[in-house]
Amino acid sequence: MSDATAGNLSQAAAEARREDAAQTGPMLAADGRPLKRSLNRALRAQKLRALALIAPLLIFLLVTFVAPILDMLFRSVENQIVSETLPRTVIALDGWDATDLPDDATYAALAHDFKEAAERRIHTRLGSRLNYEATGLSSIFRRSGRGIDGVGEPYADQFAALDPAWEEPATWIALMADPDWISEQADWLEAAQDTPEPAFRLVPGIADVLPETTDAYRSFARTIQTTGRTPESPLTKEPWATVYLALYRDLSGATGADIGAYSGPGATRLQTAADAVAGFETIPLRDAFAEVADGWVQMPVWTTIQTFSDPYTAGYFLAAVDLQLTPQGIEQVEDNQRIYLTLFKRTMVLSLTIMGLCVILGYPIAYLLSNLPMRTSNMLLILVLLPFWTSLLVRTSAWKVLLQQQGVINDLLVWIGLVGDDARLTMINNQTGTVVAMTHILLPFMILPLYSVMKTIPPSYVRAAKSLGATNWTAFWRVYFPQSVPGIGAGCILVFILSIGYYITPEIVGGRTGIFISNRIAFHISDSLNWGLAAALGSILLALVLVLYWLYDKIVGIDNVKLG
Amino acid sequence: MDHRLPPYATTGQRVWFYAFRVICGLIFFFLMAPILVVIPLSFNAQNFFTFTPGMLAFDPDAYSLRHYRDFFTNPDWQQALSNSLKIAPVATLLSVSLGTLAAIGLSQSHVPFKGAIMAVMISPMIVPLIISAAGMYFFYSRVGLQGTYWGVVLAHAALGIPFVIITVTATMVGFDKSLTRAAASLGANPVTTFFRVQMPLILPGVISGGLFAFITSFDEVVVVIFVGSAGQQTLPWQMFTGLREQISPTILAVATILVVVSIALLTVVEVLRRRSERLRGMSPG
Repeated sequence: MSDATAGNLSQAAAEARREDAAQTGPMLAADGRPLKRSLNRALRAQKLRALALIAPLLIFLLVTFVAPILDMLFRSVENQIVSETLPRTVIALDGWDATDLPDDATYAALAHDFKEAAERRIHTRLGSRLNYEATGLSSIFRRSGRGIDGVGEPYADQFAALDPAWEEPATWIALMADPDWISEQADWLEAAQDTPEPAFRLVPGIADVLPETTDAYRSFARTIQTTGRTPESPLTKEPWATVYLALYRDLSGATGADIGAYSGPGATRLQTAADAVAGFETIPLRDAFAEVADGWVQMPVWTTIQTFSDPYTAGYFLAAVDLQLTPQGIEQVEDNQRIYLTLFKRTMVLSLTIMGLCVILGYPIAYLLSNLPMRTSNMLLILVLLPFWTSLLVRTSAWKVLLQQQGVINDLLVWIGLVGDDARLTMINNQTGTVVAMTHILLPFMILPLYSVMKTIPPSYVRAAKSLGATNWTAFWRVYFPQSVPGIGAGCILVFILSIGYYITPEIVGGRTGIFISNRIAFHISDSLNWGLAAALGSILLALVLVLYWLYDKIVGIDNVKLG
Repeated sequence: MDHRLPPYATTGQRVWFYAFRVICGLIFFFLMAPILVVIPLSFNAQNFFTFTPGMLAFDPDAYSLRHYRDFFTNPDWQQALSNSLKIAPVATLLSVSLGTLAAIGLSQSHVPFKGAIMAVMISPMIVPLIISAAGMYFFYSRVGLQGTYWGVVLAHAALGIPFVIITVTATMVGFDKSLTRAAASLGANPVTTFFRVQMPLILPGVISGGLFAFITSFDEVVVVIFVGSAGQQTLPWQMFTGLREQISPTILAVATILVVVSIALLTVVEVLRRRSERLRGMSPG
């Protein structure tokens, strides 16, 4: 047949098909809909049904498991505590160049922030947070909580001496509070006080007249309304000493206050005070803070606050790899404090050792099991499965019993005479303990995947190799072993993943030198309460595990995970 | 190497054949000895963690049940046991019911994002326990679940889910879908089909998944230490505290009881696996 004829024929066929389509239209299903649409609809329904079955579990896991993990990741960078506890100071420090101590305005901002934080009892929390970055800050913060009033008291006394009315809550209320709020508050005080206390409101315009005082007073009013077992009312309480400090700074013109514009209640008293402040006896704020805690007139506390004022920080992650954030940039921590890299390295090395031991011990067993007759191998498999099913705590306690100095193994060695009674071996509370116990615990996880791979290797290959003249060793090494490599890979990754996250066994038999990174994470959560660092260490460990998991999925496939 | 020596084997081969068996015997010994050693020690009449001379001489006075008596009468241990028995079944029920449904959904053809969904569902098994524990501690304290019974139950249910998913999907692979179609064509509604046709066939997988979930919760220490409070102290937690402070050999009595429990569980799982294989062999396709 020539090409021309073939072309003609196919053309004819195409035409015939076109005519056919024109006559009958698209193929229809029994109900008259086009078949394609009908099929699509059925497929969609099927997909929806499958998803509806999966959805409850997926939602359950997202809430109980995925959200906690995300929360941990978030905590490893979250650092809002500084800007939340010291908001004014953080703003004041924004343009500070860290060459000399900050100016008076910054110290004043700190006084207001600190007084509020101390009243809310959150200053020590910030102290312990910043103490992770620079040792000693915790004690500065704790001491300052008691002494902060000393910064404002000279001014409070001098204002009171000038006009005793300044000590009266009513004077301040008249100056600061919104008249509507005053009546609401009075009603609330009269009533049973079972409704929420009306939140303090400023009288409009006062913020332009006395900017710093207004801010300090509002902070005072809101704080006393919301803290303590029985909320107090600004109507009946004299302001904090730091409010007088603010008033002094406003009246002495340090803050751009505009006294002349004020004509409300107490305008003359305010004017009198404004004229008098020039004669007030003052001490520089810096010196006043030196009295509170001398750390405040040294650089570290300020540079630390400035460095960690961002709401998010890489500080925890840096600390997790023995680095620290300083005003000069990222630096290594001092030699004697470098523990995390060592710990990560040790976790890795010990896990690799355990993995290697598992291969060495697991391979012969898997080989034996896969080459014995079914009945015998099933019997022997029970010897592998029983430890697998036995509680982790049982196995760990067994090793504690065996390994300790007055334990079974040492007793046996002494009894045989291999070691003297006074030279008992130290096999627990060190790396040996961890490696031995964890190899035992993880060995089944190596044997089971190896066994399932080896069972599928046809014995005929080795026989063929031998019949072609290979020695036993060559037949094993060149023919059998390469086929068992996937099993080794699966077992190794499984053992390694499980091993680097272990906590219980190293905690009990590892002592000080045999612990893993997990133990440090647990320590930071429950003992040192440095949750951010715990979260950062956890995130690094998680990333490591996920990479290995991904590898495992590539090599073995998660669908192929078998149990027992 | 075959399981039997051929008559023509050389001396070297013979030596290696027996040497290999001895090596394997030693490794089996390594696997079993620690578990077996605990059992006689738990009958120790003294407060020691090792064999006393009397025990080695098989003196009946050197053996006693005092540690078992302590376990069954000490309120701390009894409280721990009852906490474990209150937490594990509820967690198992949650993970089995949700997990079975999801495994059935996953085994259908045309599931969108199947890989990603599967990865999320297996992840509680992969993520190290200390990380799950840390995350749950942080998050559950935010939402007020930390230190509560339900916090521990939810956490344990999440940890048990991968085991249910894996065992049930494995059973679903062998499930003949034409059976459900046949049931439907004979007029059964989906619910009837599920309970009368599908469920009996996948039941072995569901039960062994449930056993895995149960043992996960029953054995779990790390998460419960962080998510729970003193009121939820479970048996493994009590053992962990005991091992750290080395309070009494009662731990060994508990360990022996747990070994017996695990032998029982292992037997059940093994029987179920055989039954499932038999059922699968019978079904066509």
